[in-house]
Amino acid sequence: MSRDGRRIEMRHGAGGPAMRELVGSLFARGAPMGIEGGVGLGALDDGAALRLGERWLVFTTDGHVIDPPFFPGGDIGRLAVCGAVNDLAVMGATDVLGLSLAVVVEEGYAHADLERIQASIEAACREADTRVLTGDTKVMRRGEIDGVVLTTSAIGLVREGGDPVRDAGLRPEDEILVTGTIGDHGMAVMTRRHDLSVGAGDGELLSDVAPLNGLIAAALAAGGPAVVAMKDPTRGGVASALHEMAQKSGVGVVLEEERLPVRPAVRAACELLGIDPLQVANEGKALLGVRPEASDAVLAALHAHPLGKHARRIGRCTATRVGSLILDTGFGRRLVTESEGELLPRIC
Amino acid sequence: MNDAARSPLSFRDPARARRLLDALAHLCAGRESDPLALMHVCGSHEQAIARFGLRDVLPKGLDLFMGPGCPVCVTDAPEIDEAVRLARAGIRVTTYGDMLRVPGSDVSLAELGGEGAPVEVVYSVAQAVELARTSDEEWVFFSTGFETTAVATAAVLLDDPPANFSVLSAHKYIPPAMEIVLEMPGSRVEGFLAAGHAATITGWGVFEPFVARHGRPVVVAGFEPLDILAGLVELARLARAGEARVVNAFPRCVTREGNRRAQDQLWRVFERVGGRWRGIARVPNGNLRLRPEWSAWDARRRHASVLSGRVARAALPARAPCRCGEIMAGLARPTDCALFGRECQPHQPVGACMVSSEGTCRIWHQYGGRPDLGDAE
Repeated sequence: MSRDGRRIEMRHGAGGPAMRELVGSLFARGAPMGIEGGVGLGALDDGAALRLGERWLVFTTDGHVIDPPFFPGGDIGRLAVCGAVNDLAVMGATDVLGLSLAVVVEEGYAHADLERIQASIEAACREADTRVLTGDTKVMRRGEIDGVVLTTSAIGLVREGGDPVRDAGLRPEDEILVTGTIGDHGMAVMTRRHDLSVGAGDGELLSDVAPLNGLIAAALAAGGPAVVAMKDPTRGGVASALHEMAQKSGVGVVLEEERLPVRPAVRAACELLGIDPLQVANEGKALLGVRPEASDAVLAALHAHPLGKHARRIGRCTATRVGSLILDTGFGRRLVTESEGELLPRIC
Repeated sequence: MNDAARSPLSFRDPARARRLLDALAHLCAGRESDPLALMHVCGSHEQAIARFGLRDVLPKGLDLFMGPGCPVCVTDAPEIDEAVRLARAGIRVTTYGDMLRVPGSDVSLAELGGEGAPVEVVYSVAQAVELARTSDEEWVFFSTGFETTAVATAAVLLDDPPANFSVLSAHKYIPPAMEIVLEMPGSRVEGFLAAGHAATITGWGVFEPFVARHGRPVVVAGFEPLDILAGLVELARLARAGEARVVNAFPRCVTREGNRRAQDQLWRVFERVGGRWRGIARVPNGNLRLRPEWSAWDARRRHASVLSGRVARAALPARAPCRCGEIMAGLARPTDCALFGRECQPHQPVGACMVSSEGTCRIWHQYGGRPDLGDAE
């Protein structure tokens, strides 16, 4: 097949290697890694960092499509605010100056549903201590778009005297912390989308979608420059996020399975459907790479915040096996790979 | 406490696992240059072995192979072609997600669905029946799986299925495939680990004729890490002692007779016929087809006009270096194949074993096979 015959597949949006390849070879080709020590498009990080006087300004954008738009624990409005706020937060920009919001909606869409979405946008902005500063609205003909698509962009400031936190800052011996339980968002959405009943725990499957800037600010206040890398494990889950961080940083990562915080209902649903919780999306969690001497202090700061009660130390960086993610299961070790495409339940 | 009352988590105790691994190492001592070759025949066993990192700690004197234990992988191209023809004729085809990407002679069901043909993924045969009840159109459920899954299909047909519903059966029957593996030239399999879930239905007695004919031991094992390790210890012991018999290492679920009611349902609906398994060979009695009395619900008879005529049997895409056949026969490992992880990847499978999440190559690709990961410090 000629290169011109290539088509976009679902895996190109799944957060894994296919998506990084597409972005790197197309949208970000030739883009600089950064200007004046900042972070540019070429770094393929969670946002761009630009010098603004003595401070760092971080800028990010995020498109949101989700089926179903209303799911247990949240909706597309809350997701749109949290997605942009969290991208800023994991760059270290916890002071969120404001958002832009573009709404593309299908002809015939229920006004009442837009009301619900707007109410949850407002609520999420209050939680993140920010606001929508500007916006745009478009309506498309019935069938030309599926319901509603939201795009948010956001700007924020890194704390005074602080530097942006990149994906690429990990070094051997650094510890990997996660701010709470993993897999909640993806399993809540998947079981609702496919109308799967997975038993008595169904009611406990709730998305974790939440703005993390307050929690991250607390971690940075405790750890300062010892917090060397951060990422929010959204599409592709912890597996994709840690792969990307390990590859960019030139380290390996060993995770200990017994330390991974997973809610019983999420674990049960994953077992039943043959899905690895490490590959499941989160919308209210962050991964932090922390120098070993500061990890106790950072963990304590996370535990003191309502969104960080279940924070754990889950793994460690190694000088060998660069770019690999290894899971110690308690029995033996195995590789963790990234998912390619949509996670689908197994047959038997 | 008896086994049946225990939580599954009690079968995941690493300390007990280490004791079983020590016993296994003892049994395989001295076989490092000529490893003891054992085979399991179930994708769920391979999934559990890989997921819990057991391959990393198996003794060097043991080669544990996965045989033809993935029903989706061994579904042959002409079977896919039948489903493709039905969908092209506008008949609504439902099937399990894993079946979508299995290559046919011409296209896969995924490619056909992308062109707008009526192909839908379901999670159970019951869901396929529910869909058929939603309209008057013709619905065909393209069914796959071994004995375990075939029982579910049989139960649905025995429970007053709608008149616009029929089944295109690609169900397989595992015991004859074990015989084929042993008869392959170069086979050195010294014992089989049988799948506990299938044996809950068939009973462990189903393996007695096989053991008598071939003189190789069979151990029935469950799917938790300790189940698998205990099964391997027993199998290695039998193989080393030259004891050819069936041992049930999954007594909390499996009996000698099995589930008589399920067997009755299975054989009331299905019969065994010979057929080609992709990558393996023709397997006598290896395919399960609907009995003639179920012809009203048998898509091959109900839609005979659509399926009649010569199916263009283009040469299978059996690209020369693909070693799926040898891998499923225990003659090679995925990492022995030049295509593995290069041209052959989950999103663009060349061989059958990379297609399904139950396939050997796919599982090795996902979890790293038999890696040496102890050095990561």
